[in-house]
Amino acid sequence: MDFKSAKELLALCRQEQCPISEIMRRRECALGETARDVVDHRMERALEIMRDSATQPLKNPIRSMGGLIGGEAKKLSGHAAKGKAICGDVLGRAITYAVAVLEVNASMGLIVAAPTAGSAGVVPGLLLALQDCYKISSSRLVDALFNAGAVGYLAMRNATVAGAVGGCQAEIGVAAAMAASATVELMGGTPEQCLDAASTVLMNMLGLVCDPVGGLVEYPCQNRNAAGVANALIAAELSLSGVQQLIPFDEMLDTMYAVGRRIPIELRETALGGCAVTPSACERCGRCS
Amino acid sequence: MSFVSVFDVLGPNMIGPSSSHTAGAAVIAYLAHKMITPPLKKVDFTLYGSFSKTYHGHGTDRALLGGIMGFGTDDIRIRNSFQIAAERGLAYSFTPCETETDVHPNTVDIRMENARGQVMTVRGESLGGGKVRISRINGVAVDFTGDYSTVIVVQQDKPGVVAHITKVLSDSNVNIAFMRLFREAKGHTAYTIVESDGHFPEGIDGPLRSNPNVHDVMIIEP
Repeated sequence: MDFKSAKELLALCRQEQCPISEIMRRRECALGETARDVVDHRMERALEIMRDSATQPLKNPIRSMGGLIGGEAKKLSGHAAKGKAICGDVLGRAITYAVAVLEVNASMGLIVAAPTAGSAGVVPGLLLALQDCYKISSSRLVDALFNAGAVGYLAMRNATVAGAVGGCQAEIGVAAAMAASATVELMGGTPEQCLDAASTVLMNMLGLVCDPVGGLVEYPCQNRNAAGVANALIAAELSLSGVQQLIPFDEMLDTMYAVGRRIPIELRETALGGCAVTPSACERCGRCS
Repeated sequence: MSFVSVFDVLGPNMIGPSSSHTAGAAVIAYLAHKMITPPLKKVDFTLYGSFSKTYHGHGTDRALLGGIMGFGTDDIRIRNSFQIAAERGLAYSFTPCETETDVHPNTVDIRMENARGQVMTVRGESLGGGKVRISRINGVAVDFTGDYSTVIVVQQDKPGVVAHITKVLSDSNVNIAFMRLFREAKGHTAYTIVESDGHFPEGIDGPLRSNPNVHDVMIIEP
């Protein structure tokens, strides 16, 4: 059992009468010659690491290696605790978790790349927030991770998830597409609706450049994890409401890749453009002159 | 593993902050430490390209040192690897090299010396997402990833050695995925690298060593 495109994935879902997550799980068992419980157990471990990295900094803020970030998750949760949050419960929790994961990552803590380290906050951020707000079981969250994995696999196979190749749209963009699709399945949407949501995200984040200050996975990466969560939530809401997309996921993936390759090299993880060369960034890290 | 697994997408489980500069660095050094008899006494890292510029902020140095001590990408001890190396009496150094630019952007040369005084050098490249390539062993250009179970046979470049290797593997029912021979020059030291989908049977290095032209055998399991 394997698929090379979103189109083939949807055909398999129809043929087997099952959700995207189940197709991805069966694919993993078949191609990896691994038993189902072993695969599930490994994903449970990933979820456990995700949960730890998304929650620890709320209590214990950590300064990053490069010193550009640290303490943001605690500020967000404190703000919400005072009843002052304006994002609403799901989004508020999701951005808090997402920035927390980046705090852990930037301080050499344990995270799960999803699909990359710099975008590792988006998928757990949104899924854990949904779990909190809708009392979703962890086994259903594991299913959602397989769904997210299917979308990320297609991006790795048919485009790129490397900021150095395709800009931030390939990292945060793909992470948010994964989160959107997983959210739709979790909230009862169809496989078609999942991939429509993923397509919407790529559309809305098309062209986003990768311009890390000091060349470090800290800033603006952390902010963009929060933005990725918001984009994923918007796309999932549109799709679950029945809004259909003109452009299918396969075509958006090709487009994202084509746009990514046309992003100038200065704006692809080299820290030679964008936020990285603003006067304030240069002054802060003392690297650019 | 030869396919894109769901755990290549949701993974690796890793100590941050960068899959290429931290996790990949740890993997390269981990593979290198499997190629020399422990315990190590001294290790010197030379960093090229992007590694040489941002190694400190990405914890590349801690990850390399952790990998050399056998820590996996998800081992939290990577954070304290300087201290742990000092406790273990392992001397280490990091030298950024910005003059040699004709290399992959994330390249490291590792020079290891063990307690017996044996010296070995390994060059690795971090390709992104925690994927790596070993591109040199003791100055000889090689090419393998560590994704598969790997046997490295160090041998004299003489007729019959490769036949010996394949016979031993076939007698042990090992299915070869890839097999390549790399050498310094005709008749000198050569490296046969065999990659297999499954694990190698316990103790397979014994029969592999039984040919007089085989100098050393290293086995690296993913």
